[in-house]
Amino acid sequence: MNLVKKLVLGATALGMVATATAAVAFEPSKPVDFVIMAGKGGGADKMARLMQSIVEKEGLADKPLVPTNKSGGSGAEALTYMKGVNDPDHTIMVTLNSFFTTPLRQPGLKVDSMAFAPVGRMAEDTFLLWVHKDEGISTFQEFLAEAGKRGNKWVMGGTGKNSEDNIVTDHLNKAFGLDIKYIPYKGGGAVAKDLAGKQIQSSVNNPSEALGFYESGDVIPLVAFTNERLPLFPEVPTLNEIGIGEPFAYFMQRAVVGAPGMSDEAQAYYTELFTKVYASDDWQKYKKSKSLMGDFISGSDLEDYWATQIERHEKILKASGAIK
Amino acid sequence: MDIFAQFFDVLPALQQGIWVAVQPHNLALAVIGVIVGLFVGALPGLGSVNGVAILLPFTFVINEATPDPASPMIFLAAIYYGAMYGGAISSITLGIPGASTAVATTFDGRPMALQGNADRALVTAAIASFVGGTIATLFFTVFAPALSSVALDFGNPEIFALMLLAFATFIGLGGDDIPKTMFSIFFGLLLATVGFDTISGEPRLIFFNEREQTAVLEALGSTDAASSVPIFNSVGWFSRGIQFLVLAIGVYGIGEMLWTINESRYKVTMTETKISASRIMRGIVGMKDAWKGTAIGSLLGFFVGILPAAGATPGSLMSYGVSKMTSRDPKSYGQGNPDGVAAPEAANNSASTGAMLPMMTLGIPGSPTTAVLLAGMVIWGLEPGPRLFEDRPEFVWPLIGSFYISNIVAVLVNLAFIPLFLAVLRMPFTILAPVIFVLSIIGTYAAYDNMYDVWLMVLFGLGAYMLRILDYPLAPAVLAVVLGGTAEQKLRQSLLLSDGDFAIFYSPFFDRDGKGQEWWIAPITTWIAVILIALPIVVWGIRKMRGQTAADV
Repeated sequence: MNLVKKLVLGATALGMVATATAAVAFEPSKPVDFVIMAGKGGGADKMARLMQSIVEKEGLADKPLVPTNKSGGSGAEALTYMKGVNDPDHTIMVTLNSFFTTPLRQPGLKVDSMAFAPVGRMAEDTFLLWVHKDEGISTFQEFLAEAGKRGNKWVMGGTGKNSEDNIVTDHLNKAFGLDIKYIPYKGGGAVAKDLAGKQIQSSVNNPSEALGFYESGDVIPLVAFTNERLPLFPEVPTLNEIGIGEPFAYFMQRAVVGAPGMSDEAQAYYTELFTKVYASDDWQKYKKSKSLMGDFISGSDLEDYWATQIERHEKILKASGAIK
Repeated sequence: MDIFAQFFDVLPALQQGIWVAVQPHNLALAVIGVIVGLFVGALPGLGSVNGVAILLPFTFVINEATPDPASPMIFLAAIYYGAMYGGAISSITLGIPGASTAVATTFDGRPMALQGNADRALVTAAIASFVGGTIATLFFTVFAPALSSVALDFGNPEIFALMLLAFATFIGLGGDDIPKTMFSIFFGLLLATVGFDTISGEPRLIFFNEREQTAVLEALGSTDAASSVPIFNSVGWFSRGIQFLVLAIGVYGIGEMLWTINESRYKVTMTETKISASRIMRGIVGMKDAWKGTAIGSLLGFFVGILPAAGATPGSLMSYGVSKMTSRDPKSYGQGNPDGVAAPEAANNSASTGAMLPMMTLGIPGSPTTAVLLAGMVIWGLEPGPRLFEDRPEFVWPLIGSFYISNIVAVLVNLAFIPLFLAVLRMPFTILAPVIFVLSIIGTYAAYDNMYDVWLMVLFGLGAYMLRILDYPLAPAVLAVVLGGTAEQKLRQSLLLSDGDFAIFYSPFFDRDGKGQEWWIAPITTWIAVILIALPIVVWGIRKMRGQTAADV
């Protein structure tokens, strides 16, 4: 299974090399500006620094990637910075779903997500519903009963307003007639800690954020918002398989993009670079241990994926009243 | 006695850990790390977080080259410690806090330097740091698993109450003019609200939309207000909010310097500083005058440090405030009291060790630096969290062992470098002042990679100069910017939780989760803070009514 995967990856990588050499080969002539659209220490930041270290450890590039955090305004700062760079061939960025939602919510930024160069999607992060073990709840049905009973005294913590976590919470409230109170936090780590300390009653953390307290037995996952069960949590059902309400799955993209205006040659170079990062043992190990899903996609496939995501987020944000 | 029993339980593991930490390669890493950290910390603008983040990729080399899983972390922890020691150096010699953790050190460290006692201030800072770091490491060794649950008990209302307490402890810092102090605090709080709001996700005070921009330009009398849009890049200027260092470097690096130049009328104001082994010895002996600040800093710093979202900066500020409050001679603070240097320095080292605790046992970073350390641990294949102590003793104990060793290394290295740092002060002021301006600009850019912040820093510097002439205290504004963001966020999260009912802060019987539990930590903290805030205002009011001036008392 793994071998097949590696062979496929190898073939993709070779294909990329072929296309890259067919065009006029691009090599960065100076260190590459590696923008992170989140603050230091968060999930996106950890992942970006892992990519950077893989590139360095395996000697994949002659010029280093230099990470810069631009965390202002849920990615607004990073997006406008990327739009305005004067050397798009040496500027790439690690993105999450604020890549779709922030331009939708802040039209004044005049940022078009589709104008960015689709370098490669490294993974899709997943969402699970977590509660503290002391709540005495072990199934999603029991959660619905208990949260329904406590009304707005049931508190969900999440990262940011109108963010991924907020979207999943809104869905739960709407689809199951709940009145869960959503409290925005600055980062997923703080949410995980407050759930472990019983300051809040539930969270929809990514596995990487909740894993520590899961392994210590403090928090338990009830349901996964994915299409199939996660290999890391084989006993946790998906919402779709429980079969109450409409089918619902939600992911967060972990993708690398090039600045708008990047040349095709440069884009091919970075796609090749990140194909190698994706195929590295370190990345595969990380992906598996943090329960990340999704294969590597790039080019027009990634653009198609973005188009569907933008459409979906526009619908979600309109439904919740975040945009008109 | 329980404590001793616990200590003896962990002793064999600790012994083993220290043994690993003093292996030549680990010792060498600690020494290099401390020296790097010392210089990174001493440069204004660069703090422990920059040092650790920049050298993170280097640790993969270490990881491959050494047999101990703890070696890369020993290196980064040494940088962290070194930077905490180093932060005091620019606070004392240049009067610019090298990092937010060293703001309180300028209050008395700078006056001491101006009085020709820079050597004594530096020695006091080094020794207090050593004591703080070592006491915290002892606590860490014995109580690590037990204390991690304390951090979990601090939810949003508790952290807000703690922030209130932090404000309360430094309400007296601005001097006797309470209205001016209040103005300064509120101005700082206002600056802290600039940027994108976490709770609503909306931009605030960033002149974001075209209508606002046009209105501002019209108010300024611009003629082409209606023309090209966007008129200026407000997102670039303000979207990150007003960063603490931008204000601190502006106030201390530009504002204070301009004021000093103006006051001295180009005369050399630096007093001569001599340095010799005997003066350093005298400084060490003189530590007995600063034991109280050291003790307060060590204990309070550690406790505040282990709370996520608090960290070393509030720890050092609160320690300074408490030390001043409990002093027999509070008026000597701000005039060069060694206790005023010892308290924040002991506290910031103690707090940085404390901040390692939630990072390692809960996977929650208590400060930006520990966030980067956390990222490092993940990349080396470690899973920080509740199981780390049980699962990876071969990592944990050598690291704890290295805390002891790094502290000893750091104090020795620091004392050895003091003559070098003092050489800075021997430069004529006409050379030093421009050097400080340049360092301020470079430091601001280095901290945030952004020219907008450099311009903001210069603007704040000029504004601070004006306010300084008008005799407004500026330290409270700087502190309000440091704590304002967290305080506001925690206040609003708590009020969301309570549906706007302030009882969540002052009543232990407020029902937070529909289960009728009692919550005591937040109310107790809040009431202490309220009393501390009310006291000086009441005293001031009574004096006013009696027609006395503050100076008479």
